[in-house]
Amino acid sequence: MTSLLDVQDLHVTYRTEGGDVPAVRGVNLSLGPGDTLGLAGESGSGKSTVALSLLRLLPATARVEGSVLLEGEDVLAMRWGTLRAVRWVGASVIFQGAMHSLNPVRRIGDQIAEPMQIHGTAKGADAAERVQGLLRQVGLPASRARDYPHQLSGGQRQRVMIAMALACEPRLVIADEATTALDVMIQAQILDLLRSLVAEHGIGMLMISHDLSVLAETCDRVGIMYAGRVVEQGPASGVVHAPAHPYAGALSAAFPTIGDPASRLAPRGLPGDPPDPADPPAGCVFRPRCPVSEEVCATLDPPLWPVDPDEHGDSDRHAACVHVGPERPVPAAGEVR
Amino acid sequence: MTDLDPRPSPAAPVPSPRALARRRRQRALGRFARSYAHNRAGMFGLLSLLVIATAALTAPMFIEQSHLSITGAPGQPYEPPSAEYPLGTDNFGRSVLDLIIWGARVSLAVGLLATVVSVTLGTVIGITAGHFGSSGGTGGRIASTVLMRITDWFLVLPTLVLAVALAAVLPGGTGTIVVAIGLTVWPPTARLVRAQTLAVEARPYVERARALGGGHTHVMLWHVLPNVMPVVLAQTTLLVATSIIAESTLAFLGMGDPTTISWGGILEAARTAGAVSAGIWWYMVPPGLAIAVVALSFTLCGRAVESVINPRLRENR
Repeated sequence: MTSLLDVQDLHVTYRTEGGDVPAVRGVNLSLGPGDTLGLAGESGSGKSTVALSLLRLLPATARVEGSVLLEGEDVLAMRWGTLRAVRWVGASVIFQGAMHSLNPVRRIGDQIAEPMQIHGTAKGADAAERVQGLLRQVGLPASRARDYPHQLSGGQRQRVMIAMALACEPRLVIADEATTALDVMIQAQILDLLRSLVAEHGIGMLMISHDLSVLAETCDRVGIMYAGRVVEQGPASGVVHAPAHPYAGALSAAFPTIGDPASRLAPRGLPGDPPDPADPPAGCVFRPRCPVSEEVCATLDPPLWPVDPDEHGDSDRHAACVHVGPERPVPAAGEVR
Repeated sequence: MTDLDPRPSPAAPVPSPRALARRRRQRALGRFARSYAHNRAGMFGLLSLLVIATAALTAPMFIEQSHLSITGAPGQPYEPPSAEYPLGTDNFGRSVLDLIIWGARVSLAVGLLATVVSVTLGTVIGITAGHFGSSGGTGGRIASTVLMRITDWFLVLPTLVLAVALAAVLPGGTGTIVVAIGLTVWPPTARLVRAQTLAVEARPYVERARALGGGHTHVMLWHVLPNVMPVVLAQTTLLVATSIIAESTLAFLGMGDPTTISWGGILEAARTAGAVSAGIWWYMVPPGLAIAVVALSFTLCGRAVESVINPRLRENR
């Protein structure tokens, strides 16, 4: 099976007045048709930058290096016309903040038909018919096509954004914080919808969120990002419930377990702030906040090592921590997690 | 894509798409008319414009054209208002009311045409400068800067002086007045539109439009233009008033076409005939009032239209 999306050694650097700021430092991802991959991490970890770089949507101040192969074609090397043709037909984006991603003076139906008109996939009555179909598909009455964005609720607008993302039948959908501003009930509905659409159409989906529980529920595989790197990657249930990297552990422990008084009375956060991307610490970038750091961490910046399946339950897991590496130090008392 | 919908279609006969579209357009028009009718000032402006426009358009049907020439004047010079001449007569014995009605033809036409010229110019320059300044790379930024410096240059030139100079240089006639006004009053529109364009371009839906493969033309015409239209409309209504006043000013200064009758021309004639010192108020006041009423009416109409067209202003009432 050829992979739908193959990202190799992606680096994104923002040029600012204070010098270059690396936002993404060597990310590898791959995604096949029908796969769902989640990317989690706190603000500033580079997950949105990764998402936007896949279609070269970053501002002109960003320098992107590495390779992004979308169905075998290098997006970063494409010419402007080819790139425009790939946008939305090859891969589409469900943006964060559906409130603002819709033009307030255009009708919903016209905006869903917008990509079809740009790419010439449907015109006039055909496009109108397809819009009705898309609206029904995302659970909105077809008559909503006549409405303006302000006449819709937040959840409905997010559904419109999903309908728009599906308009040109893309092979890959990038959901950038698609459910972040919604309340929990709507969030669950939207996630259900996304799951069923992926399953029905065999679309590959890359889902970006800071909410690990959302990803655990929706995605097959999850990657945890920290300071521009993927620090742990593997099957969703494993990464969320039995993390190997201490940062992934802290992230998953930050979610309280409902009905468990212990988790409520002893909230486990992570002290400190993420490192300044312009001036990352030497060695492992997570070391200053790491509860289980060793001496070697100050000098060694660990790559993604395969995680021992005996220790963490499932195979195909990778983590960037000396504790899972081949030359790991003798585990001290009170091991990882 | 009917196969996306598993539900059977309703049994009722389906009207043709064209009929549906026509009905939809009628409904939209009805909604527009109803919202507009709620605006009392707008209705006043519309009615007075309708009256003036009707009078101007049908003038040849009830005004004897020979009565407007100096030689064919029907009355005595400086007759005060009477039943026969409701606004009196001028120094040649022509009916001032007839002159005003006839003058509306030129004043309205020149005002509207000059407005169209300047608003189009200002909008095109403003959107282009705004769009390429924010998202056109280095070349775009340079082009945008050049456009805006040209705008600034026109902005600091005194409009009236430039218009007078243009009217003097270009061959005489009504078209020259339109061009002279159109080429001098566009800079404020360009600046306004550019500012609004920059604000719109920063919105996420413009980023979204680029993400879905839209090019410069698509972003400018589909997303930016409808969002700057309220500003353009408001500016248009103000400019109609400005243009009519500018036309009157040019005519008053003797730059107009001396063979046509316009409100500014009547005022000029009244001044040169010494109507001011002679106290012939019926010669000077009516053309001035006509200019004021038309300018006011356009402004009122424009504000009403803006509040109806802008969906954000409409639904929040």
